[in-house]
Amino acid sequence: MATDHIVGIDLGTTNSLVAYMQGDTPAVIPGEDGLNLVPSVVALDGNNQVIVGNPARSYLIDTPDHAVYSVKRLMGRGVEDIREELKLFPFRLADDMHAGEVLRITIGGRSYTPPEISALILRQLKRNAERFFGGPVTKAVITVPAYFNDAQRQATKDAGRIAGLDVLRLVNEPTAAALAYGLDKRKQGIVAVYDFGGGTFDISILKLHDGIFEVVATNGDTHLGGDDIDNLLIAIALDDIQGDLKLDLRRSGEGVQRIRQAVIEAKIALSSQPSIKLDVELPGGQRYRREITREMFEQLIQPVIDRTVGPTNQALKDAGLKPAQIDEVVLVGGSTRIPKVRQLVQDLFGRTPHTDLNPDEVVALGAAVQANILGGGSAVTKEMLLLDVTPLSLGIEVAGGVTDKIILRNSTIPASATQYYTTQVDGQTNVAIHVLQGERELARDCRSLARFDLKGVPPMVAGMPRIEVKFLIDANGILHVSAREQRSGKEAEIEVQPSYGLTDEQVENMLLESFDYAEEDFRQRQMIEARREAETILAALAKGKKNPAWKELASAERTNAEVLEKALIAAKDGNDYQAIRKAIDALNEGTMHLAELMMDTAVSTALKGKAMDDTDLEEGPPTAGHPVAKAEFK
Amino acid sequence: MRAKHFCSACGKVQPAVPVDYFTFFGFPRKLELDTAALEKEFYALSRHLHPDVFAQSNDQERAWSLEQSSMLNDAYRTLKDPIKRTEYLLRLEGVELGEQSKQATEKARATGQLKKQVVPADLLEEVFELNMHLEELRMQKKAGEDDPALLEEIGKAKLSLEAKYEALFNELKQEWKKWDVAVDSGTDQDRKSILARMLDVLNRRNYIRNLVRDVNEAMEN
Repeated sequence: MATDHIVGIDLGTTNSLVAYMQGDTPAVIPGEDGLNLVPSVVALDGNNQVIVGNPARSYLIDTPDHAVYSVKRLMGRGVEDIREELKLFPFRLADDMHAGEVLRITIGGRSYTPPEISALILRQLKRNAERFFGGPVTKAVITVPAYFNDAQRQATKDAGRIAGLDVLRLVNEPTAAALAYGLDKRKQGIVAVYDFGGGTFDISILKLHDGIFEVVATNGDTHLGGDDIDNLLIAIALDDIQGDLKLDLRRSGEGVQRIRQAVIEAKIALSSQPSIKLDVELPGGQRYRREITREMFEQLIQPVIDRTVGPTNQALKDAGLKPAQIDEVVLVGGSTRIPKVRQLVQDLFGRTPHTDLNPDEVVALGAAVQANILGGGSAVTKEMLLLDVTPLSLGIEVAGGVTDKIILRNSTIPASATQYYTTQVDGQTNVAIHVLQGERELARDCRSLARFDLKGVPPMVAGMPRIEVKFLIDANGILHVSAREQRSGKEAEIEVQPSYGLTDEQVENMLLESFDYAEEDFRQRQMIEARREAETILAALAKGKKNPAWKELASAERTNAEVLEKALIAAKDGNDYQAIRKAIDALNEGTMHLAELMMDTAVSTALKGKAMDDTDLEEGPPTAGHPVAKAEFK
Repeated sequence: MRAKHFCSACGKVQPAVPVDYFTFFGFPRKLELDTAALEKEFYALSRHLHPDVFAQSNDQERAWSLEQSSMLNDAYRTLKDPIKRTEYLLRLEGVELGEQSKQATEKARATGQLKKQVVPADLLEEVFELNMHLEELRMQKKAGEDDPALLEEIGKAKLSLEAKYEALFNELKQEWKKWDVAVDSGTDQDRKSILARMLDVLNRRNYIRNLVRDVNEAMEN
């Protein structure tokens, strides 16, 4: 049980979760606070300590420039891609960014790339799992939106590596949901997964057949989610406040965050109530009050949720299916709790969607199922196999700036294509290939994935080399390019250098840095724990001194105990956790006799009785009577 | 004989052997294909070759599995689609696909180049008339005019083209039958002429498809 736990992780825009396979059932691993959801919020406290999850949320309001949320929106994107994002989200780009560089965001005084910030979230999840298992967790399956492109996937994989995780597989979120859905149902037939989350929308259509989960089509929008609904509500509030209260809060990080949290609560409440009264205390003490009815809310969000219709219809068309041919519709993602969204899905498919699953947890549960499959499977997953597809066509730029599609979207992955290139000039040793992802005909309308430079082509007469380039999309949806020149027989001599994302070296450095920080974190935790323990022991000794047994000790023993007590107090105020531990052990040793005496006396019985009320003293070995050692259970 | 993809004794994946897609599945190079059997075989091979099965294996086996399963998927995708299957066979038999192929057409459209348009002989008259109508429609649209009679005329032509498109698919299927017989018992010459006829059917079919697309665009814009 202790070895090799492979966990499933849902690294979400709003919340993240870690899950594992508990026997035949996937289960979410809660955090220290007992909650399943870890908000995808990262903050730095006054001492530059990283805070992740629920505790980080208060920083969004108190010190908004020390906190960041929804960083998933920035994964795998360049400065030129995120102009819209910057208008709506308080991301602060580092001042010294250069064009073509991976984005860096400042939190407090430090700057981080999006994969590093995601890695901080992943590390928290890893830690939660390690605490749960009582052992190391190094392997994970991480989910990504089905419509994530190559760069976004690569960035997610990098984040896993930086967090010290071996990412065995990236699984598409709707597909993971289907795995969780199909696990207990043992269903056959066609399933549509409508996944409308915090920041992304995916629609996937799968064929379930004897344990094979075959994705037939997928579509989506990686920048469409609950965040967009929140932003509409925030914009209205800011306008109201400016109009009614003559207060412009657009540049107030604190003000916007207070409004944001209030409208999110309102949005959630409106799924179960006909109307809600907003009442927000603004910086400066004024209050913003407004009633929002469900009707107003639904009217407001209609344009946002309508944006899911196009991708849904396209996926159906690509699958060659009519809505009536779908056997079941599964809802995933927090935004599907909105009644209007459910209505839209019902209208689109002409059937009531399946809502038994917790839309916040089902993706993580599915990731745990896939983790179990990759780990060799168990009785329940043995026959299960996931066949996923690439969401976007892969193309290369050819003469005239046109995209020549070489692997079409919705091709089952792994998928490959081979192309042949030659040179145009005598003695040419480099050949450039521009790889694109997208559906448009012109290269400039597709996403430029990478410019590969094939180096080391043997010098020959123009047109003579025959360079075979193999494009392969692996089971994670990530592209690999390899090349060989066939005429000279110099195979595999061609170096392929992609032009985007973090280099392996950068990722390695970040990994090392995170180890340094991990070491730092470890020390911090040890310090806190050692101090806590010291305090309990000192408190127990203080009590012991009032016990009649104290008087029974030889005076040398009492002096010795007091010397050790002082030593521990001194160590506790220092910064060396190992010194504290030593002092604790010494004090334990030096008060052993006191403990024995207390056990022997009638008074000790009373003490024991008291201890039994709030400790599990009675279960311990004989030394359990040691009042000092036992005190830590209080 | 199906190519040897995995060890029959231990079930482990083997390095990919460069074979054609038919051989990959152990099918003869024939075009009338039982797609249900193909799917069944695809699922069965996936269970043996997919990278998920080798997630915990050594680098070598993982690399083989990646290569084998990508080939499996490529082969399945190509063979399950009747048109892709036919085009693949033609290429396999050394036939150059013509300028009417979808890819060539898209390239020409995107660059705005005028593509060689070889109008199939039996369509000459129909195409000539339709193009005149389309030109008229575009002019009317520019002038903001509306001529229901013209639209009806074009709609009729479109229906006729679509019917021909369907008929060509049936014609292609007839050639499949002949090909499959010729694989076993025909002469080289028989096979060559069947391949040429299939190419001709595909070209005519592609021509009509492009024409219907032009009609749709003209009517929408």
